[in-house]
Amino acid sequence: MSEQETRQLKGRARLPAGGARAATLAGIGRRPGGQNRRNQLFLALLYFAVSIALLGLALILIDAIVKGSGRLSLDIIRNSPSSDGSRAGFAQPILGTLWLIGLMIVMVVPVGLGAALYLEEYADRDRWHNRLIELNVQNLAAVPAIVYGILGLAFIVRGPLGLGFILFTGSITLALLVLPMVIIASREAIRAVPPSIREGSLALGATQWQTISRQVVPAAVPGILTGVILAVSRAIGEAAPLLLLGAATFVTFNPEPFSDTGWTALPVQIFNYARRPQDAFQNAAAAGIIVMLVVLLLMNSFAIWLRNRFEQNW
Amino acid sequence: MVSNIKAKRGVSTPHIALKTSNGGKRFRVSRQPTTEAVFEVRGLSVFYGDFPALRGVTLDIQRNRITAIIGPSGCGKSTLIRCFNRMNDLVSSARVEGEILYHGVNLYEDGVDAVEVRRRIGMVFQKPNPFPKSIFDNVAFGPRVLGTKEGLDGIVENALRQAALWDEVKDKLKQNAYSLSGGQQQRLCIARAIAVEPEVILMDEPCSALDPIATTRIEDLMKELEETYSIVIVTHNMQQAARVADMTAFLTVEPGPNGERTGTLIEYDVTQKIFTKPADPRTEEYVTGRVG
Repeated sequence: MSEQETRQLKGRARLPAGGARAATLAGIGRRPGGQNRRNQLFLALLYFAVSIALLGLALILIDAIVKGSGRLSLDIIRNSPSSDGSRAGFAQPILGTLWLIGLMIVMVVPVGLGAALYLEEYADRDRWHNRLIELNVQNLAAVPAIVYGILGLAFIVRGPLGLGFILFTGSITLALLVLPMVIIASREAIRAVPPSIREGSLALGATQWQTISRQVVPAAVPGILTGVILAVSRAIGEAAPLLLLGAATFVTFNPEPFSDTGWTALPVQIFNYARRPQDAFQNAAAAGIIVMLVVLLLMNSFAIWLRNRFEQNW
Repeated sequence: MVSNIKAKRGVSTPHIALKTSNGGKRFRVSRQPTTEAVFEVRGLSVFYGDFPALRGVTLDIQRNRITAIIGPSGCGKSTLIRCFNRMNDLVSSARVEGEILYHGVNLYEDGVDAVEVRRRIGMVFQKPNPFPKSIFDNVAFGPRVLGTKEGLDGIVENALRQAALWDEVKDKLKQNAYSLSGGQQQRLCIARAIAVEPEVILMDEPCSALDPIATTRIEDLMKELEETYSIVIVTHNMQQAARVADMTAFLTVEPGPNGERTGTLIEYDVTQKIFTKPADPRTEEYVTGRVG
């Protein structure tokens, strides 16, 4: 670079430094009042909304911990329900819930995944019946749990299936209850698998089923599992439909899922203790709530861990 | 193997100059057209719904040659190449008229199984699309869906060698394919296609997502593969067509009677001819850079 060029460059760089800076700052600088204040007001409103939601949760938690912490020991999960509030535990209800949820998973995963695969991979969206199914799945997710309880009572306990008041009917009903959640989550996971993966597989001479079973489903597993675990979290806390299906409020023997010897579940037992006036039962209910929350928390952490473990960045 | 091919190219076409006056572009020394066609396209038209995307294409794709399809955006290049392995079937509104004869059998005739077609006619896509699996499983996927259980190690190694990727990945076959660079991923996709021993490899703009060095490697690879496979490549890069293709087809968009823009084949000939002495003025305008 010649000396003259260098001088020119320097001159050009120095020239706008004075007035131009002020002019630019006037353009991009922060303005007083007006827009800014409105921003802050809106932000404050949002914080307020969030804090109300959190406050409610915190109050329930604090209440449960204050009342229930005294009863928190292994006894609470080892002891059977009892008419003596200070000894009352959740052993059989916990077993009942494990049976309920275990059988529910066995039913809801294949059906939910199958429905999601049909809707995503096979269904022609231009057909009216496929759109109707889609619409129904979305609506079903919003149906109150008690309605499923009535359905279970009318069609599974009595009516066409007539299975009677057995734990298994509770499983079926819970499976129906969370089925839309599983379908919706699975569909999203399946949709997130890029079309290029399907094309790549089909171009190698894989059949559509091979493509789905060996590429699409494995790639969608984390999303599907997350959906299943969230569905389980929902089902585990449901008491209302189970009350209709014969979940007894006092069972002191281990449940047998397919016989009508009586069964119960954790949330039903909590409900039962909580409506008794004695402090001992109140505290037992609170301890039960803590147990349930811990189980829920563990399951949700597991869901997050799974998602991060298998997540694929396309 | 490489030197062998080059030697053969040298003798077969003494009449074509390596360099031309056309901006000093280098053209590939084309081999003589073969008489054996792997595809005979006859009056092929493709519609998406009522919209004609491609109309009246007739050409022969020669065996063990590289055929390039060039043309401006929207001229139906990809639509055409996707007819060769019936990938257009995946678009529910797509409808094909005319014939594509593959060794005398119309690919679109009743009773032809698209899955079987795709086993014989491999495809490499615009964007590298390895499966979210290990490098080994990517290559082994094709043989596995065909039911191969024994000797996968040898098949995978052979395919990776042919795709000039073996030396780079032989120590990390268990690693996820996404750990490879874009160029390596694309060569992996080529290896994956080779592993099922197709007769034809279709490449739909295989280098458009790659840097120039990776592009050169793929082009070199194509010239090696030509010995064993027939290759059809869609490219929007004219230099690429000039460098690698024996035959070049030029497609363009022609406004139809109702104002719809439909792709048609303008000219199909030996690559040098397309780039130096095209018969049609539209081809000349395109290859000299005046349009498109």
